[in-house]
Amino acid sequence: MLRVSRLAKTSLAFAFGGAAIASLALAPAFAQEGEDGEEQTKDQRPLVEINKDPYPSTYQPLPSDLTAIVGATILDGVGGRIERGTVVMNGGDIVAVGADVDVPAGARVVDGTGKWVTPGIIDVHSHLGVYPSPSVSAHSDGNEATNPNTAEVWAEHSVWPHDPGFHRAAAGGVTSLQILPGSANLFGGRGVTLKNVPSRTMQGMKFPDAPHGLKMACGENPKRVYSSRGPSTLMGNVAGYRSAWINAVDYKDKWDRYREQHVAGKDPNPPKQNLELDTLMGVLEGDIIIHNHCYRADQMAVMIDISKEFGYKVGTFHHAVESYKIADMLAEEGICSAMWADWFGFKMEAYDGIRENLPFVHKAGACAITHSDSAVGIQRLNQETAKSVADARRAGIDIPIEEAWTWIAINAAKSLGIDDVTGSLEPGKDADVVLWNGNPFSVYTSAQQVFVDGAKVFDLEDPTYQPVSDFRLGHPGAGDAK
Amino acid sequence: MNKFLTIFAAALAGFVANSATAENVAIVGGNVVTMGDAGVIENGTVLIEGGRIAAVGTNVQVPSGYRVIDASGRMVTPGLVSAMSGLGVTEVSAVAGTRDNGVNQTGRRGGARELVPFDAAFDISYGFNPNATNIPIARIEGVTRAVLVPSSGKNVFGGLSAIVDLSGDMNTPIIRSASMSMNYGESGAGTAGGARGAAMGYIIRALQEADSLVRRGTRSLPDRERDSVVSLIDAQALGPVVEGEVPLLVRVSRASDILQVLSLQDRFDKLRLILFGVQEGWMVADQIAAAGVPVIVNSQDNLPGSFETIGSTLSNAGRLANAGVSVTMVAVGGAGGNERLMPQAAGIAVAHGMNWDDAMASMTINPARAFGIGNRVGSLEFGKDADVVVWDGDPLEVMSAPVNVFIRGQEMPLTSRQTQLRDRYMELSGLTPHAYRK
Repeated sequence: MLRVSRLAKTSLAFAFGGAAIASLALAPAFAQEGEDGEEQTKDQRPLVEINKDPYPSTYQPLPSDLTAIVGATILDGVGGRIERGTVVMNGGDIVAVGADVDVPAGARVVDGTGKWVTPGIIDVHSHLGVYPSPSVSAHSDGNEATNPNTAEVWAEHSVWPHDPGFHRAAAGGVTSLQILPGSANLFGGRGVTLKNVPSRTMQGMKFPDAPHGLKMACGENPKRVYSSRGPSTLMGNVAGYRSAWINAVDYKDKWDRYREQHVAGKDPNPPKQNLELDTLMGVLEGDIIIHNHCYRADQMAVMIDISKEFGYKVGTFHHAVESYKIADMLAEEGICSAMWADWFGFKMEAYDGIRENLPFVHKAGACAITHSDSAVGIQRLNQETAKSVADARRAGIDIPIEEAWTWIAINAAKSLGIDDVTGSLEPGKDADVVLWNGNPFSVYTSAQQVFVDGAKVFDLEDPTYQPVSDFRLGHPGAGDAK
Repeated sequence: MNKFLTIFAAALAGFVANSATAENVAIVGGNVVTMGDAGVIENGTVLIEGGRIAAVGTNVQVPSGYRVIDASGRMVTPGLVSAMSGLGVTEVSAVAGTRDNGVNQTGRRGGARELVPFDAAFDISYGFNPNATNIPIARIEGVTRAVLVPSSGKNVFGGLSAIVDLSGDMNTPIIRSASMSMNYGESGAGTAGGARGAAMGYIIRALQEADSLVRRGTRSLPDRERDSVVSLIDAQALGPVVEGEVPLLVRVSRASDILQVLSLQDRFDKLRLILFGVQEGWMVADQIAAAGVPVIVNSQDNLPGSFETIGSTLSNAGRLANAGVSVTMVAVGGAGGNERLMPQAAGIAVAHGMNWDDAMASMTINPARAFGIGNRVGSLEFGKDADVVVWDGDPLEVMSAPVNVFIRGQEMPLTSRQTQLRDRYMELSGLTPHAYRK
């Protein structure tokens, strides 16, 4: 939607009103100070800018108390571990973390003895809401599989906030998550980062000021989905990406030139807004982060070269089943890999999956992230991380739990561009916190209490904090344990 | 099950076990989870001889010449039995040529001529490949036997399952006709008339025709109002099912559907059932227990993925077990995953109300008994096949793993193509291309 200022409207009226005068072709051009302080003739229309945030977040943190969790084993999400520590949350933020922190007067005290505290888990790859439960065809909103390039669609417009899967994920300790389009397309559309809180609207869940993602997919899926009309090969896929980026560069050049001419006092015609190219241009301008579903190492290497050809960065490779084969390159390029602990073998491009993928990537100094791509797996990313750590140990690579926890904390936050406000237990950050009833690397441990911006959103023992989706009302077992 | 095949298989097993490669082993000092009457034996000894369990207990004398494995601080369990398995019958599920787990019907019944005029008679055992790479991948995680079950989805009757060990031996004995798959609920209805009433009508008719064939030598029923609903070959395959020799393994989820399936036992009094899926089983647990029907569940199914799984909950497995139902745990089905993750699924069930002993049983003696091999495997007891696993910790813990795996008394190497890839890519630097690194 184009924003037109009040001053501009006056100018327009003036322009129309003055049209009769201007048509004499001898009327002088009056120089005026425009809203931006630029030179503006009475003939210059106002600068047209694309609204980059037309569906703004309306998220408000839920009510919260000054809370202190005392005497727990704390993993801070940036590689640190504190025994018998205290975390204080106030006004939605973490205010103190440490072994010698005083409990402020008036704080609600939660006894953390024998328990563990971590940052809220962040899942960078979820289709909750867009492929919700129940997965009936009327709810199949994750893949706009009508064109290999649908960079114009935004996953947030498919999100159904009442998907019961969101509440199960909260019970698993997930406080933030990225909802992505599926992987049928070369360009699937924009992803959105959400705070995992119940809401009547999608906007009420949107993570404030979080950048959009752009979902891309390489490999088998697009060429299978579009085999009859193209692309039908890996080379067809790559030609598809490159053609799209060429159009994006052209679109960006048009907008850059438009702005230059306007600043210079001319009255250029703005380019017509194009939703698909808006998204791609957003990547070129560094506003939108790429999340690229890509399994095979050789294909990841090609995607990296495409990014260099067009001057943008690949943010994160997703699934990245073969990242272990090129972990050194990924470290050098500063590209994250979002991986499973042990999924393999269901497609040719997953044939070489190994259980040590996450630790090998981490060991090479590259950014490793545990992701789910599953409404079931999202409920236990702590256990998935644990499996990888155990497999690493058996291969002679010892990664302490506090270091591995970065894979579902600060690394995931960085991947989504929200690491300045969440992803670790550090003073000043959002109080997205999980209290676990035991070591979170144990299969027997559950999230006991989950906080988003300091407000409790889930409590294992208190039904008041066990959300029930609208969908589940009237169904057998609606308020039951899940 | 066909008694001839049982005897044949057992004789073959004995032959294999007595070959020169079988060794005598003593596993000493571990926490032995027998899954038998002896319960858990602390600081116990397991003797393996001739491919069988020769002794289990404390104070067991280790004869000379036995290789001794020190299991102190470790747990010793029977090998895990993977029900609903695809090991060796599907290699890469997206590659159709490697998928041999069911008949692919494309024509509708009564429509286009079908090249393969049977569903129930499908025998999965012919497709089993002991060289499949997914066998070692599961084996190194403690899975020693697999019940290979035809996939449902295209037919009401999916066909006959088979039981194999995961030794990878080209001559390993295969137990055929371990169960007959049947698909009820939404997907079953989808393949038979588009509604549950149609599917159940078809099922009852099919079983009646099979029964008629057994008793009277013809599947045509006296009413003669219509042609048979099943082909002759399918009616022949269903005969042992109606006679109770081959259990009917039914995929069913919804509570009301479960009750409908259980009532088949009223109509066909020799019919034996096993239920798979059973996400709403907790709502009718007492009825399932009263019917004496074992179930197969994935504890991780806790989402209302469809209108027949609305009541899904992580507490399902525990509630069923606590009501006296025999529960077998799998990590496949509604919630996906891969089958070697069954101990994790069992652990999750324990975290949500299942007893640890029932969880261990769900991976060992329960599937063994449900599929008719409870006399051979599933517990560490004298005379049973020596499928034994030594674990470095609690088998249900996600960070535990086997340190020794025995199948029929033979120790399996803890390698797979995944460990080979791991070793190859341990080191990324160096001038030698990885293809030369072996």
